[in-house]
Amino acid sequence: MTSLRNESSLSRMRLKGLIRKEVKQIIRDPSSIGIAFFLPVILLIIFGYGVSLDAEHVPLGLVIEHPGPEANEFMAGFQDSEYFDPIFYPSIQEAEKALIERKIMGIVWTRSDFARTLFSSSEAPIGVIVNGVDANQARIVEGYITGVWMKWLVSYARSHGLALKVPIRVKHRIWFNSAVRSRNFLVPGLIAVIMTLIGGMLTSMVVAREWERGTMEALLVTPVRVKEIILGKVIPYFFLGMGGMVLSVFIAIVVFHVPFRGSYLALGFASSLFMLTAIALGLIISTAAGSQFVAGQIAIVITFLPAFMLSGFVFDINSMPYPIQIITHIVAARYFVSILQSLFLAGNIWPIYIVNCLWLAGMAMVFFKIIRKKSHKRLI
Amino acid sequence: MLRRILALTIKEFIGILKNKKSRMVLILPPIAQIIVFGYAATFDLKDVPVAIYNEDQGQISRDVIARFQGSRVFKVIGTMESDGQIAPVINLKKALIVLHFHRDFSRDILRGGSGNLQVILDGRNSNTALIALNYVHTIIADFNRAWAAENGRGRPPARLVVRSWFNRMLDSHWFIIPGIVALLTIVVTLEVTALSVAKEREAGTFDQLLVTPMTPFEILVGKSLPGLIIGLVEGSFIIFVTCFWFDIPLRGSLLVLYSGLFTFLLSAIGIGLMISSISLTQQQGLMGAFMFLVPAVVLSGFATPIANMPKLVQDFTLLNPMRYILVIVRSVFLQGAGFDLLWTQYVPMAIIGIVSLAIAGMLFKRRLY
Repeated sequence: MTSLRNESSLSRMRLKGLIRKEVKQIIRDPSSIGIAFFLPVILLIIFGYGVSLDAEHVPLGLVIEHPGPEANEFMAGFQDSEYFDPIFYPSIQEAEKALIERKIMGIVWTRSDFARTLFSSSEAPIGVIVNGVDANQARIVEGYITGVWMKWLVSYARSHGLALKVPIRVKHRIWFNSAVRSRNFLVPGLIAVIMTLIGGMLTSMVVAREWERGTMEALLVTPVRVKEIILGKVIPYFFLGMGGMVLSVFIAIVVFHVPFRGSYLALGFASSLFMLTAIALGLIISTAAGSQFVAGQIAIVITFLPAFMLSGFVFDINSMPYPIQIITHIVAARYFVSILQSLFLAGNIWPIYIVNCLWLAGMAMVFFKIIRKKSHKRLI
Repeated sequence: MLRRILALTIKEFIGILKNKKSRMVLILPPIAQIIVFGYAATFDLKDVPVAIYNEDQGQISRDVIARFQGSRVFKVIGTMESDGQIAPVINLKKALIVLHFHRDFSRDILRGGSGNLQVILDGRNSNTALIALNYVHTIIADFNRAWAAENGRGRPPARLVVRSWFNRMLDSHWFIIPGIVALLTIVVTLEVTALSVAKEREAGTFDQLLVTPMTPFEILVGKSLPGLIIGLVEGSFIIFVTCFWFDIPLRGSLLVLYSGLFTFLLSAIGIGLMISSISLTQQQGLMGAFMFLVPAVVLSGFATPIANMPKLVQDFTLLNPMRYILVIVRSVFLQGAGFDLLWTQYVPMAIIGIVSLAIAGMLFKRRLY
């Protein structure tokens, strides 16, 4: 045994013993291994396939009050478009009913005098109704409809010999994701959300469990230091979590073909920092809660939803009100989402990388300070 | 029988509320989260940073820039002098958009042609990029109309008259915040139920409960009631905040809304208790809770539409009670829908609730392993 004279320093032997005990516990309860390896894989695959903001095959109601070559030609644009699955309705009333029943997302409607007004000097109005309940999708659908309309304008002007030149023509280029696949940014974001959960789930119970089962008291009477207990918990779960991380990145690249343009070394370093904050958060919960029941409750409430809502993974942080933007700074996933989206899609953008890593490192340090302060080697 | 159920319910409530920390976890986070998430969750953009690269000497580009400066959506953060400055500004996220006016921009337009405006966007979040691009198109389309009218250019032969129903301004808060009602309710319910049996199993008190005269049905009811009551109370609070703090219009009837909330709570409690009675330890209960909660939220249509998912995943979401309650809450709030439009949403939730509660009850005595 290590002598008492050497109390303040870490003992490698004691630490090894604690780690061996923790590893055995992990292996014997299959749920930890499940959390670390199966959960990220299953979640990432389900979400990677399921989560998309790209609207395709939007059911769209078309109403032609008075069929004629002009109206038919205009509507043909929607039938050719890859974005729409058009359904024709004989009257606007029936189309509106379908819209209310959520069978279609929008209606495009030409009135009976469409052809006549088209040739007169005034502009022929084309009615468009979108279901605004899902405002984001409504806006996207509106954009697609406008696209079809503009295409029609150009071909109409050409076939009728009109000199129709718009003053300003917009030509856009979307960098890093030219095909505008939402999966390319959602999958890296999901990795951050999933790893937050994994870290929290792995460790939120481990300290509370020892207190509850009385094994902590057994540890207290040994010469083990508090620091060693903490490290003994962190080290095995860190490697377990990193294993899950490697699998997630592998799936993102191989299964979902998200381009990876940065360096793997940078990714590994940032992931380690993030994993430390996630595990530390779990340990704080575990230490503060006292019982597994409360620890579990806290973990459900404070790990998943903040990472989901406040990390910038779907909702843009810049567009949040300023006080909320400040709150997002205590969500570690926010920094990791930023790092991942840059590393995957843009490459090594060092200023962004370093700033976010510093935040993560700072959070990890604060978290471990809190754990150290909250842990004690005495009965309450 | 009623007395026994009542006794167990009271015991459950004491178990949940006696501990100060547990009480705090149930009360404080939902209050904080409805407020924070209510403000945070939006797809609408504001203060999008725009950088200008203007090689044009004419007046028209300046008029266009003035329109961007006047818009609430955009914030012009600076101008640049050369091509080489574009990449760093976008890479470092200083600007989401660079507007590039070419040298002959104004001259081309004045000559009767079209001036090219190049728009470069940061696509790292491609949804944000697309929305921002739509705003750019709107500003330019307005400008084009006004300019064509003033300068006697030909008008297009037809124009779109767009109306959006149920949410005239297309404010995405109206879509997200009613969704948060369902989101927080399911979290609270799982908190109460998912660990409740597992905790007793681990402590050994569940076996004691089983040897009392209580039938599994009575235990089931006694274990369900706290979740139901807490879920209804917190759900009501969140609905209240949605209506009166965030001013989301409640156009339908409370009866339709609460019938939905009640059915939803039944299904959530059923699933929570089922998870809890399968688990041998609380750690497993927690894992089960997350295994259900996370897919239930992500694949519910809360943030990303179910219609965009592949067919297989869409079929899979039919098992998800969140999917139905979201339709109910949103339709009642924004559309004022009644039972006639929504009954197809209640039925699956009720089935999920009954089946999962029954399984949970059976698992009390016979465990899977």
